[in-house]
Amino acid sequence: MPDGAAPVLEVTDLKTVFRTRGGEVHAVNSVSFELRPGELLGVVGESGSGKSVTMMSLLGLLPMPPAEVRNGKVMLGDRDLLTIDAESLRNIRGSEVGFVFQDPMTSLNPVFNVGFQIMEPLRAHMGLSKSQARDRAVELLELVGIPDARRRLKDYPHQFSGGMRQRVMIAIALACDPKVLIADEPTTALDVTIQAQILELVKELRQKLGMAIIWITHDLGVIAGIADRVMVMYGGQIVEQGPVREVFANPAHPYTRALLQTMPKLHGTRDTKLRVIEGQPPMLGRHPVSCPFEDRCPHAFDRCGKENPQRRPIGDGHDVACHWDHKGALA
Amino acid sequence: MNAPRNLVEVRDLKMHFPIYGGFLRRQVGAVKAVDGVSFNIIEGETLGIVGESGCGKSTCGRAVLRLYEATAGSITIDGTDIATLSAEELRKRRPMMQMVFQDPQASLNPRMTVAGIIGEPLDEHTDWSKKKKLERIYELMDAVGLNRDFANRYPHAFSGGQRQRIGIARALALNPKFIVCDEPIAALDVSIQAQVVNLLEELQEQFGLTYMFISHDLSMVRHIADRVAVMYLGVIVELAPVQALYDKPLHPYTEALLSAVPEPDPAMARKDRIVLQGDVPSPSNPPVGCNFCTRCSKVMDICKVEKPPLREIEPGHFSACHLLNDRPTVGQTSGTQTTSTQ
Repeated sequence: MPDGAAPVLEVTDLKTVFRTRGGEVHAVNSVSFELRPGELLGVVGESGSGKSVTMMSLLGLLPMPPAEVRNGKVMLGDRDLLTIDAESLRNIRGSEVGFVFQDPMTSLNPVFNVGFQIMEPLRAHMGLSKSQARDRAVELLELVGIPDARRRLKDYPHQFSGGMRQRVMIAIALACDPKVLIADEPTTALDVTIQAQILELVKELRQKLGMAIIWITHDLGVIAGIADRVMVMYGGQIVEQGPVREVFANPAHPYTRALLQTMPKLHGTRDTKLRVIEGQPPMLGRHPVSCPFEDRCPHAFDRCGKENPQRRPIGDGHDVACHWDHKGALA
Repeated sequence: MNAPRNLVEVRDLKMHFPIYGGFLRRQVGAVKAVDGVSFNIIEGETLGIVGESGCGKSTCGRAVLRLYEATAGSITIDGTDIATLSAEELRKRRPMMQMVFQDPQASLNPRMTVAGIIGEPLDEHTDWSKKKKLERIYELMDAVGLNRDFANRYPHAFSGGQRQRIGIARALALNPKFIVCDEPIAALDVSIQAQVVNLLEELQEQFGLTYMFISHDLSMVRHIADRVAVMYLGVIVELAPVQALYDKPLHPYTEALLSAVPEPDPAMARKDRIVLQGDVPSPSNPPVGCNFCTRCSKVMDICKVEKPPLREIEPGHFSACHLLNDRPTVGQTSGTQTTSTQ
């Protein structure tokens, strides 16, 4: 993807807070990133790292209250999604930005057949007639590889297997030719062989349709296979970002490095013992003054406890939010 | 050094769940969740069971501990046939075989304290004094790396990884020999998974435990298991020492399964990935012949007619596939598996 092209989506200094009885939870802290046309941006992080909340904040999908997007700018083209009115945002969701959720069983409506559910955005956003929408729905189901598409329009979600349901979800998300597709753990609930099918499908669809994709996952293996660029999140912040090969080859943040080391390998020598990241992920109960990884980091020093590191470039489009100099450690 | 002995011997285990239907709610069919599996687990080893959801791996684990009444087959644990014991006899045998469940949220009673949960097996199976029990509870909490001060807290106060430690401590309470771990790390984050797996390995070494480790995570099974059984639609399609299975899989399903695992290395983006078409058939209506014949890329005519038996193709390496028909069965008798090899 060309580096110079204007980003389709640009997020600046996004901050999302949840108000709970126990106080505020700072789920997303000053997250900034951009999505370039046609690229697949992988977002990795453990549960509670803020990856889903970030993406849901963009489209106003969080229940407010308790959630509150306190700060930031989300530019889709020349519009700021955080300031436009609800009606315009509703028009953008499902047409310009498609969303695929983790669990295809709970995100499809069990009482409507899938044909209705695919046709819904087509009729709402594109003003197609019923028969036009039906033809387009058949086209979409064929596109995502569901055999006998016309007949299956009448089937209900429970009549599809998990993998097929996720294909239906993808078809719905693609219905109005979105510029951006956000996929939140789309293969986590699936078996590996079905996951492989979906990953192949997404690769194929990207070549055919050329939209930009944000792919949220906790599986570094999935990211390695499909992403152009990867963003690692921890404690509500982006701790490292860069081209996928570069980040996997030269991880700079101690968290990324540890994450890559804790995963057992399918090939090569078998380690006698797995490397672990000691301790627990942070609670996010307060606004961070220190680095969120400080208490689990093997390289932490004084400064880490006093100052939350800013992201700094380290070459090749790769940046990291860490005070520690990983290059010095390698020598 | 004693010769390795089989702690667990499972022969032709079947677990069918009836389906009732029609006006009179007669039995109209059965879900053949486990349909004739045989394997041994050697004392002190970890046998990994892998497969996709619905392949019967969890059912198999539960049936081995007789948490289900098996439809047919025999299960011998430490010399006793578990499948035919009376309820009272079985209860006496329970302390030696325990289970760690997948979801630590659902398998711990939210109204019991940690001490209560870990101590419950002791209440059931020992007549120890309160003081002795508490000592044992503290000992177990130390063993699994939980702070003793938390003994009176409730499960909700713990994180997922810590809850799994509570579950493990409970399983260890009665000094079992054999533990079935049913997806013990599936619900945990990557960084926490490694902690729990390391703990399981340490405990195995310390107490000489034998594990049946059920998981869908092939990389993790490669790490923890000594031998691995691959299940597909209720049957074992391949069983081999870990190295042989991952380096030289003999069954096309194992091959496809391994190839489907995404590798965290972009430089190794494999182009020759095998992507299986379609879904797993329903276990209530498995295909005639080989269970895998509907998705296999190397399917032959015979596969659709005749079920391939699980045969020992190389010492200790069993596979059930017609593609291997030209290779003779090694080892002693065919049919049942003898695991004298290690």
